[in-house]
Amino acid sequence: MDDSARFVARHVASLPKSGIRDFFAIVSKMKDAVSLGIGEPDFVTPFHIREAAMNALEKGRTSYTDNRGTLQLREEISRYVAQNYGPEYRPDDEILVTIGVSEALDILLRSTLNPGDKVLYHEPCYVSYAPSVALCHAEAVPVRTTATDQFALDPAALRAAWKPGCKLLVLNFPTNPTGGTADRAKLLEIARFAVEKDLLVASDEIYSELTFEGEHVSIASLPGMRERTVFLHGFSKAFAMTGFRVGYACGPAAVIDGMLKVHQYGIMCASIVSQEAAVEALRNGRDSVLHMRDKYRERRDFVVRRFNELGLPCHSPRGAFYAFPSVAGTGLDSLEFARRLLEERKVAVVPGTAFGEAGAGFCRASFSTSYERIHEACERIARFLDDVRRG
Amino acid sequence: MNSVLKLLLEGEALDTAQIGRILGLGADAVERELAELRAQGVLLGMRPVLNPSFEAESRVRAVIEIKLRPEGLGGFDGIAERISAFEQVESCHLMSGGYDLLVVVTADNLYKVAGFVHERLARIEGVQGTSTHFFLRAYKRDGFVVSADGSRRDRPSVSP
Repeated sequence: MDDSARFVARHVASLPKSGIRDFFAIVSKMKDAVSLGIGEPDFVTPFHIREAAMNALEKGRTSYTDNRGTLQLREEISRYVAQNYGPEYRPDDEILVTIGVSEALDILLRSTLNPGDKVLYHEPCYVSYAPSVALCHAEAVPVRTTATDQFALDPAALRAAWKPGCKLLVLNFPTNPTGGTADRAKLLEIARFAVEKDLLVASDEIYSELTFEGEHVSIASLPGMRERTVFLHGFSKAFAMTGFRVGYACGPAAVIDGMLKVHQYGIMCASIVSQEAAVEALRNGRDSVLHMRDKYRERRDFVVRRFNELGLPCHSPRGAFYAFPSVAGTGLDSLEFARRLLEERKVAVVPGTAFGEAGAGFCRASFSTSYERIHEACERIARFLDDVRRG
Repeated sequence: MNSVLKLLLEGEALDTAQIGRILGLGADAVERELAELRAQGVLLGMRPVLNPSFEAESRVRAVIEIKLRPEGLGGFDGIAERISAFEQVESCHLMSGGYDLLVVVTADNLYKVAGFVHERLARIEGVQGTSTHFFLRAYKRDGFVVSADGSRRDRPSVSP
């Protein structure tokens, strides 16, 4: 009998399992399921970027790198961020290369939070925010965003959720799972609030290149924000490089230095092969990114229109590659909807509640997949909805 | 580019009803667009891309490089059009470089290709010489990797 559970720390044991795992377990056993549950690009990494990785291997570039990442990559990041987002960061001490943006966020939390500190973030949100905060013995303070606002963060709701002890605000625009974005006016208000309450801001901009309408504004570029913002980004989504596991953080030197400590003891450095590929992505990847973004936008237009036609109200997300339709009209809750849809019609979507309570009544459907699959999924959803309506 | 054409060129196997739904047009409108593209001579035809090993185990395919004498009847165009008219010919292009026409032919067997070269091509006035190469194995065809296993196999079907 395995009673090793007694060795697991209380704060780890009490973490809920990711709601996504359950679905993955079911779908992976199904032969003919159509999955709209995929949270990564449908594209293979552009060839020129893969070639850079192959070159690195052929040249025998297989060593550790500087803990911060190769200087070459940090210089490219500095140029890329200044050009596309505004703020300028010194490659020497204001940029840190990480194992994807996930590590960047994790070590930011671990290097800034004391036990009991509070962290504000908007919900529905990426699945790791609340657990990562809990792993730091800190308290998660979610701020609800709503479909009527297209899941943009309402500054008034942020103010209402604030309480003494809040130290950090985590933003993620465009948002996984809602595709929510925040315009300049909203971000200015949020920035003023952050200054007023002396908050550090972590801005996860992993989907920023996949903004379909309107400009993408980084809060780090707004007045008074560079010195209190850590800009988090990576290569997974825009350059279709999920498996390379490479991301980065840019911010004020002292904060980056704290993160560096956690990073060097825990991780050492990101893979050199991935870093070489990342340099190529930043230098020559622009056209590939725009090409993929156009494909996502076309698929978005189709899936959003179909969902609305089928009676699943769905706003048109202005970024990322997820549709977030309301399923409340079916009378089923998100989990029941997703479970029955999978069991009865073999279509996988992710229940909104996997992204926090604010996701109740919604499901996430990724349109990062072929037209054939999206089309087939919509046909099956139509039949499923007929069954549900007939009772 | 025409939206129907753009979608077709992406290479997914979609029928007109599906294309209509994706583009919000309706199948009739898609049929009309396709008819128009054909009438304009833009769209020559559509056919599936098959794995060559499955296509026909008994068929052989060869590429033939042909050198021409330019003074032939009707010049290069006249000769190329004549060669293109043979049903064995899958494609025919005028090339720069060491030869003039590149012709891909398919036939039931090697001897039929040989016959085509000796009895048909060689007799055409203006054909100065030929060089025939047989296809052995296909790795990629019309943009599709022939054995497309491997690359995405481990991708999880649900991920955060």
